[in-house]
Amino acid sequence: MTKPTTETPAYPMVRGCPFDPPSDLAQLQREAPISKVRIWDGSTPWLISRYEDVRAVLGDPRVSSDIDLPGYPRVSAGIAARPDESKTFVNLDEPAHSAQRRALTSDFRVKKMEELRPRIQSLVDGLIDDLLAGPQPADLVSKFALPLPSMVICELLGVPYEDRTFFHKISNTIISRDSTPEESVKAFDDVLAYLIDLLDRKDADPVDDVFSHLAVEQMRTGKLSRRELGPMAALLLVAGHETTASMIALGVATLFDHPDQLKELRETDDPALVASAVEELLRYLSIVHAGRRRVALEDLEVGGQLIRKGEGIIASIDIANRDQDAMTDPDHLDIHRGTRDHVAFGYGVHQCLGQPLARIELQVVFGTLFRRIPTLALAVPEDELEFKPEGEVYGMHALPVRW
Amino acid sequence: MKVSIDHDQCIGAGQCVLSAPEVFDQRDEDGTVMLLDEKPAEGVRGRVRDAVHLCPAGVIEVDE
Repeated sequence: MTKPTTETPAYPMVRGCPFDPPSDLAQLQREAPISKVRIWDGSTPWLISRYEDVRAVLGDPRVSSDIDLPGYPRVSAGIAARPDESKTFVNLDEPAHSAQRRALTSDFRVKKMEELRPRIQSLVDGLIDDLLAGPQPADLVSKFALPLPSMVICELLGVPYEDRTFFHKISNTIISRDSTPEESVKAFDDVLAYLIDLLDRKDADPVDDVFSHLAVEQMRTGKLSRRELGPMAALLLVAGHETTASMIALGVATLFDHPDQLKELRETDDPALVASAVEELLRYLSIVHAGRRRVALEDLEVGGQLIRKGEGIIASIDIANRDQDAMTDPDHLDIHRGTRDHVAFGYGVHQCLGQPLARIELQVVFGTLFRRIPTLALAVPEDELEFKPEGEVYGMHALPVRW
Repeated sequence: MKVSIDHDQCIGAGQCVLSAPEVFDQRDEDGTVMLLDEKPAEGVRGRVRDAVHLCPAGVIEVDE
């Protein structure tokens, strides 16, 4: 469809196919890869859509993640209403960013996460045992995709899994673009109070988990305050399960839509092919579909376009991962593509902290699920599936399956 | 090939360890990069170049 050039397109755009970025976004990438869009508050940040430009912007220290700076394109009114002190390293620039992030990087090292693989395998097998013992059809989201990352992040952080109903509900409120400002603030206050109390309990009786490490090494020594640690703990908890749960559900649904590749994955015993399939699903689905939000600290040029100091920037990683100038046949899912050369985890100093954990969880899931349940199939027509376009993180409300 | 790293700017994403574990590791204490081999053998150089490209903080440099 053709639009007058004077019209600023609304963002986010609406998807046609649930597994592809919106076609209007693809059109923008082809015709005006760096252009202004209009967001919920009427402001008009720059939308960056090409792979190279997205990497350039996200890797540029002249571009800020500080949500409180004028011009920063906030995702929603609910998120905009959150108090300043809820900022974590995700929304801090250097050097404050690294001061917080480095309190966590030891606990998310590649080799440390690799040590969790046998435990993750046993959790996956246990959930599959339970699923197979239960009635059909079953909802793969509530029975598998969500419990697995919840269990894993709870064990890693040291959060009682019994409290999951509370924080699942809170997470949904926090990441939904549909939450009112009051709902969003209340949800954040509730989870903060819970987590600060938990950190105090870890301080009194530390064990070997991330929250104990934070309590003992950061809170007790005064390196980071309760005010800083509470929001960090909330971020870890929310980011640690919603994203992976979405990747599992959407990844399974995507493979149902590509039965030949599903078959190949089911029949392989090659961990390299499983890892390659996981990277391809990360690229193809790019679930952080609200774009990475930034604001320019100085005048700068991106892909030939001048962006002025104070102007907002949205780096759209979902369409960047479908850029045909950067990869061959990007709209085609190919589990053999096998490259980490995507921006699904972002790029620059804010690239996902939990990516080594996410990779291992997804590798265990996609290497196990179809092998253990070879007849796994959708239990409803594909057009009845309910997706979550309203979230900062794309996902599925439910995934009814049978076997 | 000679590899150098700007340790202070490292954010511990671990991409380099996945690309070339013979050349890069992460320090136990803060997860930041540790260079194991300044002059990697020919067989791993391609993967070291991958690490340069994938490093999100751009802290790895190679002099070829």
